[in-house]
Amino acid sequence: MLALIGRRVLIAIPTLSLVSLFVFALQRALPGDPFLVIAGEERDPEVIARLREIYRMDDPIVVQFFAWLGQVVQGDFGRSLRTGEPVLNLILQKLPVTIQLATASIIIAIGIGIPAGILAARRKGTMIDYSTSALALSGLSIPNFWLGIMLILLFSVELKLLPPSGYESIFSNPWGAIERLIMPAFVLGGGLAAFIMRHTRSAMLEVLRSDYIRTARAKGLDERKVVNKHALANALVPIITLSTLLFGELLAGAVLTEQIFTIPGFGKLIVDAVFNRDYGVVQGVVLCTAIGFIFMNLVADVLYVLVNPRLRTA
Amino acid sequence: MADAALPAGAAGRSAGAETPLRRAWRKLRRNRAALIGGTIVLVFVLMAVLAPLLPLADPLKSNFLAIRKPPSALHWFGTDELGRDQVSRLFFGAQASLLAGIVSVLIALGVGVPVGLAAGWYGGWVDAVISRITEALLACPFLILAIALAAVLGPSLTNAMIAIGLSAVPIFIRLVRGQVISVKTEDFVEGARAVGVRDSVILFRHVAPNTLPPIVVQSTLFMAQAIILEAALSFLGLGQQPPSPSWGQMLNVAKNFMEQAPWMSVAPGAAIFLAVLGFNLLGDGLRDALDPKES
Repeated sequence: MLALIGRRVLIAIPTLSLVSLFVFALQRALPGDPFLVIAGEERDPEVIARLREIYRMDDPIVVQFFAWLGQVVQGDFGRSLRTGEPVLNLILQKLPVTIQLATASIIIAIGIGIPAGILAARRKGTMIDYSTSALALSGLSIPNFWLGIMLILLFSVELKLLPPSGYESIFSNPWGAIERLIMPAFVLGGGLAAFIMRHTRSAMLEVLRSDYIRTARAKGLDERKVVNKHALANALVPIITLSTLLFGELLAGAVLTEQIFTIPGFGKLIVDAVFNRDYGVVQGVVLCTAIGFIFMNLVADVLYVLVNPRLRTA
Repeated sequence: MADAALPAGAAGRSAGAETPLRRAWRKLRRNRAALIGGTIVLVFVLMAVLAPLLPLADPLKSNFLAIRKPPSALHWFGTDELGRDQVSRLFFGAQASLLAGIVSVLIALGVGVPVGLAAGWYGGWVDAVISRITEALLACPFLILAIALAAVLGPSLTNAMIAIGLSAVPIFIRLVRGQVISVKTEDFVEGARAVGVRDSVILFRHVAPNTLPPIVVQSTLFMAQAIILEAALSFLGLGQQPPSPSWGQMLNVAKNFMEQAPWMSVAPGAAIFLAVLGFNLLGDGLRDALDPKES
C-alpha cells in the first residue's frame, strides 16, 4: 500500500511541475499592466518601478519562474496586487465558505443520486426508470446559474420564504446558515445528483447481472438483502473514482453559484480577481485548485485499491 | 447489371450485409430520445440560420417607450431593460451559442485529434510527454481553466470560444490516444505492417477512421457542454459583450432585474436548457447507435 502511495506521489510530481509552469505562463500573459491599476490615478513612476522590482518583472522570465516556484514550495503563493494580502490567507479565508456550500451540496447529491440510481436500476425498463433517467438528463442539461435565478424568483421574490443571497457560518448562526444554504446547495447539488444517479444506475445494472447475484437470488435471499448487502457495496466501487470528477464539478459549479447568491467564497474570489486583473490571486487560486485536484486523484486511487482487494496484489 | 456479374453467393452477401454506418443510422432512427434530441437541435439551428431572414425586430435597437414590458401579443417574451424585443434577441442569441459550440469543438478536434494520434501511435517518450501535459491540463476544472484563459485572452465571444475549445483539448487527446492504442494492436494493422504498408498510410487510412465513432459521440456531447460554458462565461461577463445578444449575456443582465422584470430570465435560460438537452439526447443516442455491442 505504501509503495502504491509512493508511486502515485511520484507520478504527481511532473504533473504538478507542469501545472505550475502553465499557471505561471498564464499569469504572465494576462492583458494590461496590473501595476498601472495598483499605482492609482497618479501612476507615480517610482511606485510602478518599485512594484516591478518586488515582482521581479525586469528579470529574465526563467529567473522569475524559479523565484516564484521557490516561494510556492515554501507555501508563499504571492500577494494580492490590490490589497497586498498574502494569497494563501485570502484563499484560506474564503475556503470555509465554499467548503460549507460544497458539503451541503454533496449531502444533497448523494442523498438523491444514489437512491435514485438504485431505484432506476432495480426497476429497469419501467416508468420509474424512464422518469428518473429523464430527470437526471434534465439535471445535467440545466444551467445551474439559471436554476439559481429561477429558485430566487420563486422562493425569494414570489413566496418570500428564503433570503435571496448572502452567507452565514453554520457555527455562528445555524438557522441563518441553513436558510441561506438551501437554494445554493440545491443548485450545486442537483446537477451532481444527476451525475451520481446515472453512474449508480449503470454500475448497479452491471453488478445485478453478475453470477454471484444470481446465486444469492437462487439461494432464495430476500431481494432487498441482495440489493443492499450484496450488490450495492460492489456497485459503489466505481463511484469512488468519480469523486475527483465531482471535486472538479463542485469547484466549477461553486464559481457560478457563489456569483448568483453573492456568497463570498473561493469561486467569487477568482471571478473578482479576473476583473480586477489581480495576477497573484488568479494564479494562486488556479494553482490551489490544481493541487487539490491532484490530491483528490491520489486519494481516489488509494481508496479504489483499498476497497478492491483484487488490485492490491496487482 | 452489376449484381448479375457477381457470383450468386457474393450477391446474396452484399444484399444482406449491413455496413456499420447503415446499422448505426437504423439504430439511431429507432431511438425515440435521440430523435427528440435531433429535432430540438434542428430547431435551434434553424433559429440561428433564419434569424436574419425572419421579420424580427432589430435585436440591438433600443426602444425607450417599451422598456421592461411583460410578455404580450406584440412582444411574446417581453422586452429587456432597453426595450429590445426578447424573441428577436433569443433568435440572434442562438447564433452566438451554436457558433460557440461549433468553433470550440473544431478547436478541440483540430488540436486534440492529431496530438492524440501522435501519442497513441508513437508511444514512448512522445506519449509520456503528451500524457503528462494532458494530465496537468486536466488537473484544472473545465470552467476555472476556461475563466483563466478567457481572462488572459480578454472578454469577447471569439476569445470565449478559443478558451472553451482549448480547455477541452486534453479530453480529446485522451480519447483519441486510448482508441489508437487499442486499434494499433488489431490484426488488420499487424497485417498491413506485414505486407509493408507505410506507417503514415496505416495511421491515416486504417487507424484514424476507427477512432471516429467515439470522437463523433464526444463532439456531440461536448457541443452541449460548450453551449453551457459559453453561456456561463457570458453570464460572468467574459464572453459575448453587450449590446450583441447571447443567452448567457441576456441572463447576466436579467439577474439585475429579477424583481422588476422576472420574464427577462425565463426565455434565455429555457433556451440554453433545451439546446443542451437536445445535444445530450442526440449524443447519448449516437453512443448507443455507434456501439457495436448494443443490439
